[in-house]
Amino acid sequence: MNEYDIAVIGGGPAGLAAAIEAKKHGGTVLLIDREKELGGILQQCVHNGFGLHIFREELTGTEYAERFIKEFKELGIEYKLDTMALNITEEKVISMVNKTEGFVNIKARAAILAMGCRERTRGAINIPGTRPSGIFTAGTAQRFVNKEGYMVGRNVVILGSGDIGMIMARRLTLEGARIKVVAEALPYPGGLIRNVVQCLEDYGIPLLLNHTIVDIKGKDRIEGVTVAELDENRKPIKGTEQFYECDTLLLSVGLIPENELSKEADVELDPITGGPVVNESMETTVKGVFACGNAVHVHDLVDYVTEESRIAGRNAARFVNGETGGYGPAIRTKPGNGIRYIVPHFIRKDKVEQSVDLFMRVNKIFTNKKLVVKFGDTVIKIIKKSYMRPGEMERICITAESLKTAEDLSLTVDVE
Amino acid sequence: MYDIAVIGAGITGCSIARELSRYNVRILLIEKNSDVADGTTKANSAIVHAGYDAKPGTLKARFNVPGALMYEKLCSELDVPYKKTGSLVLAFSPEEMKTIQKLYDQGIANGVPDMEIIGKDKVQEIDGNLSDEVVGALYARNAGIVSPWELAIALAENAVENGVELFLDSEVTKIEKMNGLYRLHMGDRLAEARFVINCAGLYSDKVNEMVAAPSFKILPRRGQYNLFDKSLGNFVNTVIFQCPSDFGKGVLIAPTVHGNILIGPDAEDIEDKEAIQTTPEGISYIWEASARSAKGLKPNAVITAFAGIRARSSTDDFVIGESKEAKGFINVAGIESPGLTAAPAIAVHAADIVKGLMGGLEENLGFNPVRRKVVRFMELSQADKNLLIKQDPRYGRIICRCESITEGEIVDAIHRKAGARSLDGVKKRVRPGSGRCQGSFCGPRVMEILARELDIDIKDVVKNSPKSYILTGETKDNSLYEDVHDLAAASGKV
Amino acid sequence: MERNIVTCTICPIGCSLEVIGDSSSDSGYLVKGNRCNRGIGYAIAEVTNPARILTTTVKLNNAILRRLPVRTDKPVPKNLLLDCMKVINSVEVDTPIALGAVIIENILSTGANVISSRTV
Repeated sequence: MNEYDIAVIGGGPAGLAAAIEAKKHGGTVLLIDREKELGGILQQCVHNGFGLHIFREELTGTEYAERFIKEFKELGIEYKLDTMALNITEEKVISMVNKTEGFVNIKARAAILAMGCRERTRGAINIPGTRPSGIFTAGTAQRFVNKEGYMVGRNVVILGSGDIGMIMARRLTLEGARIKVVAEALPYPGGLIRNVVQCLEDYGIPLLLNHTIVDIKGKDRIEGVTVAELDENRKPIKGTEQFYECDTLLLSVGLIPENELSKEADVELDPITGGPVVNESMETTVKGVFACGNAVHVHDLVDYVTEESRIAGRNAARFVNGETGGYGPAIRTKPGNGIRYIVPHFIRKDKVEQSVDLFMRVNKIFTNKKLVVKFGDTVIKIIKKSYMRPGEMERICITAESLKTAEDLSLTVDVE
Repeated sequence: MYDIAVIGAGITGCSIARELSRYNVRILLIEKNSDVADGTTKANSAIVHAGYDAKPGTLKARFNVPGALMYEKLCSELDVPYKKTGSLVLAFSPEEMKTIQKLYDQGIANGVPDMEIIGKDKVQEIDGNLSDEVVGALYARNAGIVSPWELAIALAENAVENGVELFLDSEVTKIEKMNGLYRLHMGDRLAEARFVINCAGLYSDKVNEMVAAPSFKILPRRGQYNLFDKSLGNFVNTVIFQCPSDFGKGVLIAPTVHGNILIGPDAEDIEDKEAIQTTPEGISYIWEASARSAKGLKPNAVITAFAGIRARSSTDDFVIGESKEAKGFINVAGIESPGLTAAPAIAVHAADIVKGLMGGLEENLGFNPVRRKVVRFMELSQADKNLLIKQDPRYGRIICRCESITEGEIVDAIHRKAGARSLDGVKKRVRPGSGRCQGSFCGPRVMEILARELDIDIKDVVKNSPKSYILTGETKDNSLYEDVHDLAAASGKV
Repeated sequence: MERNIVTCTICPIGCSLEVIGDSSSDSGYLVKGNRCNRGIGYAIAEVTNPARILTTTVKLNNAILRRLPVRTDKPVPKNLLLDCMKVINSVEVDTPIALGAVIIENILSTGANVISSRTV
């Protein structure tokens, strides 16, 4: 059985950044990915908006990927493509399979889970009606359109105003399709405002907030959907039903971290994010198993994925080098009023060098509020926010200094 | 010219065709859809019933128990997943205890082995997640679960291997009674057979009326289901029934052979035989009703919903026998529950009817009851996995992430007799698309494989029926732009 | 009087800006509804010369990758996006292609080039 210092599972933006960082800190690194090329989901993202923070440029997904792939290859990091990781044990024995080597096990001293996320399906939100062809998750449609060059439909309805749904609304329109409506169950758009403008408003595509699909019609191929308005309890209001004829339905109704491998490794999962519980070093509850990127929590900006993944890579390397000393008291981060979740879940004071970034999402729209960070009852930071929405992740930087003063072992963030 | 034409390739038709292939007779199996097991066979509870439920003296009772007893051998021969899980009919009150006592007695009358009435404690021992309000249950060890569509497909494959001819996409629209034979019209296609066996499920009344006056009517009764993620696979280990009412066997919670959990069905009498859509009311009902048996199922663990339509006969029983008016035309209709369970026994009986009508049947000495084993890659040992990949590297490519299915398995499913020709065809045979991603990861890859193996353009790959196209064309198609409305007018100007 | 509604995308608030024609102002417009000054310039640009970077794909003669992702290197006028698409759609390229290679120069005289977004 081959052995490596660090095994990285997933070769998208998270895996690439983690592997690069790990390699720079020395040691043998192996990266595996199930696709035929590196870059992960970025390779089907022909749109721009990537890299504003990391590179101060607005790159397309493919351009962003290429920067990392170049550095990755220059560092000579070993990798396997068209390879599926099937299992990982607590001892970090990873089983994988591909055509050339067959079914193999490798042993790693540290592992980094960077599998990304999966799309929520029609079944998961139980849309009633028939089950014809022509229903796609937005990401699958994006793959067909951008990588393979096939059109998925001509008259399209989109459910969900998440970023992928909006991006595909524009993409399909540019390729000659007609988007009849985008229905969103929440009272606000799911993705970035920039996308509402540049993907929907730009093309005159109506966005119906507080609406969802209550029926699907069509025997062989989808023929139409019934859209209804929702009340405050998110229940369809009788009498508001409207039928939209269409030949295609795109679903952009949420992303879920890929956690099959995480479950195999027996790491503790956060039921809110769907991904592993991690500490300030992006280490899971299993020593030496790290996680980063969408596999931990779904991000809006790939730049944050890169930052987070570098932390994972750096710390995986440190773990392997034995620099794990000092598992001092860990502060538990607690989402308070208005906060849906916070990552990381634990902060070990003595492992924080200069600062630690807390990533979080609010659970509804807030205007003119403050994000208040407390240790117990002691306020350590207040940030005024004129506007916060669930579709845009918030970031709060906590200095090591302020952590040192913390008496309490619980850090809460509240919207006040 | 055939000896026997079997109309309908659902579980009934496939079972009969396979059974008849034991003999030297020319058999034609006709299916109106593009794949076998495309109707109710692919949308039901997948239960092999122990047999206490059917009224003694009915055909349902007559064929249930022997059918159930044939499952072990049949599924082993055909390499179809089957599990004898046992079943519990739960009682929540003294009244219901009386009901299950009646069921027990009925079971004895029907010859059901291995049953007992148990108390609350034993129930909790068997399945710990069941409700505290359970007072007792009828425990039948002989009940089980199977994959109904895989069984039908395996039967069809075995039948074809043993000489049966299969016509797909062939709806029988007219039957001419001629001298000593029947001429079947299927669009432009014609076929003649001495005997016809009507296994047309929901449309068996219509087919019967092509040769005779109406003697039974099919009254469609829809049932809706929710299927749960494998992570909940151990929620129950036995098939959990509720006390029967006028409408049917009650809502069940059951494991599936693939490791999922199933709840349903409700029972709704409908007019339209094609109305296989799910409804909010139906789904709502099965949640409410199943919660009585056990709480703890969460909506966010649902991976899909579906509905099946029972082909209930107006006679309230199976309709099995030679038509009085049309000699040589045998009805095997009204096959609703316990139709799946009874199918193997019904098939033997149907063969007996044919034997009687033909004055004896010569054995087919080349008959092989065994289907070539299906490779289930993940179930192989590591050494075997590697041997297989060395022989055929396509087994080294995982296509379906959720169920860990390899390209090799998909290719095999396409090339077998009665093999997969569509996305759903692959899904029914080897699972991609059945898992939690519901095809969003594997879909494009399976389509690529289908296109390659069937030597067709990927744009011609369909979901199931010929009109269920998936891709509409290529990108970079300038002919599409006439439709798109003017951008300038669309954006922001008031 | 010319009046436009523009959603600002400078920050997540997404102020709804009213842009009114005003001959007395330097820019020729008056902007209302902005919470900060950054919105003013954005709003006026959106009204006078709305432009977008176009990102799409182009036909690639390659068995493995059938489409090459491309983008314009500068924003192009919004009302020319679909026309640009038609031009891009009629092009076919061969490998090898370098990231940034010019596929179409000065598309529809906008001054923007269509360049490759990846190396193949």
